[in-house]
Amino acid sequence: MIATDPAIEPLITAIAQADSPATLIGAVRALAQTASLSAIPTLIEVLGYNNPGAASVAVAGLVQMGEAAVPLLLEQIDDYNYGARASSLRALAAIADPRAFEVLLEAAATDFAPSVRRAAIKGLGTLRWQPRDLDGQPSIHDRTVSTLLLVSHDSDWTIRYAAIAAFQSWIFTLQNCSETTDLTRQALERLEHLRQTDEDEVVRARASMAQHQLTIVPYAQ
Amino acid sequence: MLHVMDSPSKQPDLANVQFLATEQAIPPEAHEAIPPEAHEAIPPEAHEAIANLRHEDLSIRYYAAWWLGKFRVRDVVAVDALIAALDDDANRTAMGGYPLRRNAARALGKLGDKRAVAALIRCLDCSDFYVREAAAQALEALGDASCISALLSLLDGGVDAAQFAPGLPHLVQPYEAVIEALGTLHATEAVEQIRPFADHGVERVRYAAMRSLYQLTHDPYYAEHLVGALSSSEVQLRRSALADLGAIGYVPAASAIAQAPVENSFKLLALKGLLGHHLSENDAHSEAAIRLMTLMDTLL
Repeated sequence: MIATDPAIEPLITAIAQADSPATLIGAVRALAQTASLSAIPTLIEVLGYNNPGAASVAVAGLVQMGEAAVPLLLEQIDDYNYGARASSLRALAAIADPRAFEVLLEAAATDFAPSVRRAAIKGLGTLRWQPRDLDGQPSIHDRTVSTLLLVSHDSDWTIRYAAIAAFQSWIFTLQNCSETTDLTRQALERLEHLRQTDEDEVVRARASMAQHQLTIVPYAQ
Repeated sequence: MLHVMDSPSKQPDLANVQFLATEQAIPPEAHEAIPPEAHEAIPPEAHEAIANLRHEDLSIRYYAAWWLGKFRVRDVVAVDALIAALDDDANRTAMGGYPLRRNAARALGKLGDKRAVAALIRCLDCSDFYVREAAAQALEALGDASCISALLSLLDGGVDAAQFAPGLPHLVQPYEAVIEALGTLHATEAVEQIRPFADHGVERVRYAAMRSLYQLTHDPYYAEHLVGALSSSEVQLRRSALADLGAIGYVPAASAIAQAPVENSFKLLALKGLLGHHLSENDAHSEAAIRLMTLMDTLL
């Protein structure tokens, strides 16, 4: 339970009373800058206002709160507003707390909105796994890679692009993990295939960049 | 009686898709003239859609024209049928518009067959504004310079003539589409006729002029005006400016695009336009390419 902080109440009121997009963005920025945990519910609410400028300020604020924002972000995912859902998942992806894993995995493969899928896919590559998270769940990396392989065949170039970005960060994060060698090999093979054969030059370029950056920063072979 | 609104973006409801969903094999001889990769792309429903362009139900004709474009049915028979549909007189709106012609023109723009150029040029004289607009956009997409003089004639009278059509939500001519097409077609002879439109009273027309003039003169002055438009107070105009910057591939706009208060999907698409333009002359490891992709990553 998050305690109420009387100091931020006027800032929350300012958001409710904002009468233009610019005022709203300013009010959200002021609230986010308090870095107060009491601001979390309001910042999440702002994600549903369909104001992309305010949403990106709110996401940055939530990311700054880090792990403290995760439970509420997960609890309040908006099933009806995909713009809000994409912003929530973007915040979760950036915070990179493994508690978001199941939500990200499902959204990556099945959400109808490409913006939500892109955020979820990116997040799958960046989660900060600790050895204790993997106890009793050895299949986490299998499930991650098989989902990334699946979405890397999507007909939407933005989804394939996101899959490449996720492969890159996943491979990089697990470069010293001996248990994922085979999965890493599969991911690298897919990157090579996309670099050579994808119909979209931007996707090929992103795969090439992933390979290049993984080579100059050596990864587990 | 079929009622179709006079709206440029009216699309058939996807819920009606099932009437085309029957499995129907295409006789192989029908596609001998098509290159193998295009042949593979033809969905089994294509023949039914082509036949549906002459269906007695006018709404099915309208849908079939859209469908052939949507699924890129690059088939000689499909293109011929769509060209014929540009002369359709049966499908009319209450205001006298030609919905089937509009959709046929849009589809032909997607199919890349230059045999449609002559018929699309004739559509620039159609009484229906939206047919003229769709034809100008299709001619832009087909990239055949033979339409330039016909496009230019739609700018006759200059900015003074470019007023709203009485009682209608659009100008007398599809200026945006025409000006954008002239830029894409490298019609440098059009510069002097386009230039006054950079001061037109309608923002979108101004943006189209800036976009086109940048393509024709490479003068960053015009592109920087579009960058300035990313701070417009209306989100629709910001999206429009983003799309224009993506279309002209103006790499110096990258950071401004990434920071614009617009949904990430629009920004990704605009940055893709920049990157595609950049990759046409550089490789994927150039400094600018890496910077563009790093920005795109932040928008996922």
